[in-house]
Order: sequence, then C-alpha cells, then structure tokens
Amino acid sequence: MKIVVCIKQVPDTAEVKLDPKTNTLIRDGVPSIINHDDKAGLETALRIREEKGGTVTVVCMGPPQADVALREALAMGADEAYLLSAREFGGSDTYATATIIAAALKKIGFDLVITGRQAIDGDTAQVGPQIAEQLGVPQVTYAESVKVDGDSVIVKRQFEDRAHVLRVKLPCLITALTELAEPRYMNVGGIVDAYAKQVKIIDFESLRNSLNPDWIGIKGSPTNVVQSFTKQAKAAGTVMKDLTADQAVAAIMDKLIARHLI
Amino acid sequence: MDFKLDKVHQLQQQLFRTFAETEIKPLAKDMDETEKYDLNLLKKLQKYGFLGIPYAKEYGGCGSDTLAYTLCMEEVSKIDASTGITISVHTSLACSCLNNFGTEEQKQKFLRPLVDGSKIGCFGLTEPGAGSDVQGAQTVAVEDGDDYVITGSKIFTTNSGFADTIILFALTDRTVPAAKGLTAFIVDRNMPGVEVGDNIQRMGIRAASNCIVSYDNVRVPKSRILGQLNKGFKIAMGALDCGRIGIAAQSVGIAQGALNEAIKYAKERKQFGKKIVAFQNTQFNIADLQTKIDAARLMTWRAAIAEDNHERFSPLAAMAKLFASDVANQVTRYAVQMMGGYGYCREYPVERMMRDAKITEIYEGTSEVMKIVIAGSMKLK
Repeated sequence: MKIVVCIKQVPDTAEVKLDPKTNTLIRDGVPSIINHDDKAGLETALRIREEKGGTVTVVCMGPPQADVALREALAMGADEAYLLSAREFGGSDTYATATIIAAALKKIGFDLVITGRQAIDGDTAQVGPQIAEQLGVPQVTYAESVKVDGDSVIVKRQFEDRAHVLRVKLPCLITALTELAEPRYMNVGGIVDAYAKQVKIIDFESLRNSLNPDWIGIKGSPTNVVQSFTKQAKAAGTVMKDLTADQAVAAIMDKLIARHLI
Repeated sequence: MDFKLDKVHQLQQQLFRTFAETEIKPLAKDMDETEKYDLNLLKKLQKYGFLGIPYAKEYGGCGSDTLAYTLCMEEVSKIDASTGITISVHTSLACSCLNNFGTEEQKQKFLRPLVDGSKIGCFGLTEPGAGSDVQGAQTVAVEDGDDYVITGSKIFTTNSGFADTIILFALTDRTVPAAKGLTAFIVDRNMPGVEVGDNIQRMGIRAASNCIVSYDNVRVPKSRILGQLNKGFKIAMGALDCGRIGIAAQSVGIAQGALNEAIKYAKERKQFGKKIVAFQNTQFNIADLQTKIDAARLMTWRAAIAEDNHERFSPLAAMAKLFASDVANQVTRYAVQMMGGYGYCREYPVERMMRDAKITEIYEGTSEVMKIVIAGSMKLK
C-alpha cells in the first residue's frame, strides 16, 4: 500500500508574536516545525506501514527552506519525500494549493492520502478536503483513529458530542487530528540517512501538463484577504467575588437569561 | 574554517534538545532525589539511537560522528548531567574500546548489541587503591587452560547497576609495572563470580549508577581478550581520551543549562524596584560566563572534529576537559549565587547542577592529570 502524507511547515506558534501595527505574524527568528496535525498523520502512516507493509511518501508544498521539514519526516522513517516548490505556486490560497497538491499526487500515485486537519498558522481546515474533491476520492475528516482493513479503512471521526465510525474504500483521503497519534522522535541515525536521501523537487514545469497556470498562485486564488486583526476583548467584564458555587451558577444563569442567550 | 554546524548536525541538535526538554526534564529532579536512574528513559535513549551515535551502521550504530555525540552530550547534560554520564561511559569508554581494538568477530558479538540499543556497557579500570595512578592496580587475571580467572575489585564503575557488558582491566603480568602488564577483557555482568554492590552515595550525578564491582574467580575465555595480552593500558588510555571529549561536552551542557536557568530567573525576579537582569552587574556577569561557555564549546568541537578526522586529539581533548569543567563549576556557582536563597533550594535545578558540576573536574582524568597530558604533549622536558 502506498500511503502519501501531506505535511506543512509552519512557524512554531508557541514562540510566535503579532506585529501590533500590521497585525501580521512576525516570522523572523521563529523556529519552523511540522504542523502538529500533519505529524500525527505521519505517525499513523508509519504505524500502518509497520503493521501492514507498504511505503510512506511525504509531500510538502512550500519554499526551499521547507526541505528541513521533509528531512525530519524522513528521519522519523518515511521512505521518500517530495517538495512542491516553484515561483508560480507562490501566493496560492487553499483552493490553488489543493489544485497543485492534487496534481502532484496524481503524478506520484497513492492508495491512501493523509493530511492534517488544519495548519496552526492559517487554521482553515480546507486544503485536505479540497485535495480529496480535486482527486475525486472519498474523504473522512477529523480522524481520531484509523485502521486499515483489507481494501478499506475504518476511521473514527470526531464530533463535538459524539464520534462516527466510518468504513471507506481505498483510495481515499483522511484528515488527521493531533490526538490521532503521538508522533515518534527522529532517530539519530535516521537523520544521517535522511540527508543521504534525495528530496525530489516537483516544480511547475513537471506539472505543466496537468496544471492550468490560471488556477494557481495569486491569479488562481479566489480568496481575498480584506483585513487581518487580533481578536480583542470588547468589554471590561464583570467580576463577582466571594460567591459559593451555587450562587455563582445562579448569577451566571441570571445574566444569560437577562440577555436572552438561553 | 567554518564554525557553523552543517544541516545534519543542526537537525540532530534539534532532536537532542527536544528530547531532553520533553523526556528527561520531567524526571531529572526525581531521579536525583531517589538516586535511581529511570530505566524507561534508558530504553527510550536506546530506541532513538542515543547510545550508538559515532559508530558505523554495519555494527548497528547511527553512522554519525563524534561531533554529533558532543551535541548529544551537551543537550542532555543541560537538563540532566546524570543522563550525560550514562551515555558517555557507555559510548566513549565501553563501545570505543570494542570499536578500536575488537576483532571483527568481537565487534559483531559484543559491539553490535551495545550500539544498536539492546545492551548497556561499562568500564572497569579504577580500583579502591588505583585512581589517577594505575600502578596501584590489584585485580589479577591468571591463565588457566583456555581461560583466564579474574579476581579483584573495581570501584566507581559507572552504569554497573544495569550494564550487561563490562570492559574490565586486570593484571596478566605482575612482574612488570601495571602499564605493561594490564589486559582488557570483555566480561558479561551475569558471569559467575561477578558481583555488583550497592550504588555509592555521592554528592552529584546522583541518578547515575555507580557501584563497586567485585570479581571472585571469574572465568573468562581467552576469546574475550580485547586487543593483545598485556596491552590493556594503551586501550584504557585511548578510551579515556575519547571519554574526555564527552565530559568536556557534558561540562558545557551543565554550564549552559545553569546559565539559562539563571537568565530565566533574572528576567522575572524583581529587587530594588527592577528586574535583576536590568542591573549592569548581572549583565556583565552573564556576558562573562557566556563567553567562557562559548570558548569551552569551541574547544570541545575542535577536539571532536580532530577525532573524526583521525588526527591526534589527546591533548585537545585534555584542554577542552580542563577548561570546560572549570567553566561548569564557575557558572553553576554563579547561577546559585545570583538566584540567592532560591538558587540554594532544591525546588530549582541550579543547586543540582552545581553539585553535578564538581565531578567533571575529577572523573575520566582529574584536572591535574589533564595538565600532565597537555604539558606532556608540549615537549617541555
């Protein structure tokens, strides 16, 4: 079975700060990491391979610096790695990104595609589902457990108050939650091997036949960012002190009822 | 000349740092208090390749180098020096002897399980009456048919509480000085007559296992002689040369770890109306100590790179250890002083680091022995 895991290199949000003037992320000097959900997806892929055999391929779209994210994935045990990188890909929104990744996946081939649910820098949760739509394969999002069973996959899909257990035929796409699997560390020797391997570059030229240049990059991105801003508390709030638990509950309920919120 | 780590080493450093922060940090205080190494942690170190870093893939190692090993030693020792010495004795002392002097058969049989993470090694040289002066060695190996029968006692054998394989030095010729009559043997801890005593109570690196090991008529086949008969002294000294690079790196780690803690504290602690990091005295002390740590680190890397390039590194390793161990003691003492009463409390890690730092000036050759090695290399006489 050929498992392809899509990973994104993101700034470590634990260390990231916002520029108070422009409301954009200050990326200078912030370490880059593999997005948490994606890493859980990679771990799941490695475990499936250990149990059932097959190969694990990692794919990352990004600038040349994203190479290190792919090396990390190789050092964790992935078999091969592709970097989707080209000037033409720059400025792509989720739709254009999914278009490019789907074209690359058709070229690479796959039985099972695993992406993260969402990236911690954009939080859209759109790219995974969009890739599935463009590939025309079934998708299961928010996976909290994945089990391969013959030619299908049994996925437990998380909801706020319940979970669905779904059986889906391969080939398909799954989006992984961070809690799907605790990722392993890289292996010290694995890092040596990772740099002895080749990260294959897929650029615009190598996808030219399957990619319409009008559908990618800024030109192919329907999303327009009008404004970005930090969420701010709008009112000072009320502090009620020295209440028993019952009194506190009653006070909160009164407020909610007074505002017709419940 | 390039002082920047290449991509492989950078990623390895990131791994060592993340692992130490995530896996070792939560255990360090407890392991020190209970004077017991966490064997689950040891298993994780084995699993991720921390115990076979500079050894070839063909023997199950990581296929990396001494520089990577020093990065590992620094990062783990920043958090816990006991983990540092556990890795160091296994890697630099036990494995290096087998790697440098073992026959192909011995490497496959004894080195492979040590570097692939299935077994732990230790090194039996120091005796109650023979520390810096190996001439006092009393442990003897007497030839008997196809075997040698070993009797004696070794002290301060790090890792002995859980090690599987012991590189043991015993006298095979008592008519000559020890330097000419010592032989190295590969001994299994579970051989009849090997007895590991209780953990020796110490001031620092208290989580590390360090016991007296006694040998009572231990029968060892001749096939387990490492290198040549009566040539063990050279093997021991070679291993200690390798070990000193590890201890230098451990010292750098202890120093940087303590300074990092002190800086963190200085940024939070307010006295006389401002954060103590705002005082120029604090800043100057930190600047001084960071300069010394950087110098120690570069000396350590120089020795490691020389070993990787198969150049003569013995005096370089001695200089690195002499300097770095002194820096570790200066920095940890300062960290406690700067943090005042809190620094002295066991709630904060710097008092542990100060206790741990002292041994770096003593083991694998004292600072005085380092000066003998350095002066000896300078052809002063």
